[in-house]
Amino acid sequence: MKARITVTLKTGILDPQGKAIEGALRSLAIPGVESVRQGKVFDIELSDAAAASAEQTLKDACEKLLANTVVENYRIELL
Amino acid sequence: MRAAVVLFPGSNREGDAVNALRAAGIEASVVWHGEHGLPAGTDLAVLPGGFSYGDYLRCGAIAARSPIMDAVRGHAARGGLVLGICNGFQILAESGLLPGVLVRNADLRFVCQFQHLRVERADTPFTSCYREAETIEVAIAHGEGNYTADAETLVRIEGDGLVAFRYCDAQGQVKDGRGPNGSTNEIAGIYSPNFRVLGLMPHPENLIDPLVGGTDGLKMFESLAESLASA
Repeated sequence: MKARITVTLKTGILDPQGKAIEGALRSLAIPGVESVRQGKVFDIELSDAAAASAEQTLKDACEKLLANTVVENYRIELL
Repeated sequence: MRAAVVLFPGSNREGDAVNALRAAGIEASVVWHGEHGLPAGTDLAVLPGGFSYGDYLRCGAIAARSPIMDAVRGHAARGGLVLGICNGFQILAESGLLPGVLVRNADLRFVCQFQHLRVERADTPFTSCYREAETIEVAIAHGEGNYTADAETLVRIEGDGLVAFRYCDAQGQVKDGRGPNGSTNEIAGIYSPNFRVLGLMPHPENLIDPLVGGTDGLKMFESLAESLASA
């Protein structure tokens, strides 16, 4: 089975990369851009054996490595 | 009096760390990150600067999960000394040995310059050869040195006196928001609650020789040699 994990910075954490991208979009005159926050996406394939406990397995993966929960949130989607 | 300098793929200051340790009379060897233990008799584990794993995922994130880090955690739990410099500080934060996280410099620039620091306390194994509130000049070179922690953690580390160094000007004045990278409270380095683990972004190991800009960094290694000798 497949899963997608999205990691984003928590509200209030400075995101200079997002700000720079925001500035670049403005300079391209893309209309209506109010703000940009940059995140990361992980597409993960799980073995059939792991599928039964996928939610917990992926939560562990996020807590142990994929996200630093001091500054980041994560979202797990089973596809 | 033995130090083990851990080499991760992408470390590049391990030689500088070894030179600085030896200049202070500390026996130093380099240990590969894939090892499961530190050499017998290790008093001090050093995580050097560099770009472990190419800064993939987050700076220090993957190195913090390498086999040797369990040994470093065990060493710290037994009261052993641990020093993390620059990427080594990022690894300590990612491994949970120190609180908080180092994020991208506030102005997005990689800073590479001489930098003044204020020594917050001179009663630790890392700083006994300095004076309290002394201003020293060392080098900084990092893109992700912006120290951030949640409000509760900040109150605790400030309240317990766990800040080791702050960025300051040549007169020793710490000016909030005027430092090189946007760090909260101008924090350049922090201790563990028992003052046996230190992580800092600046490079004291590069300031040990007058030929390359000064010797203000040498006292950190002399402090360590002293504390190891008296242990």
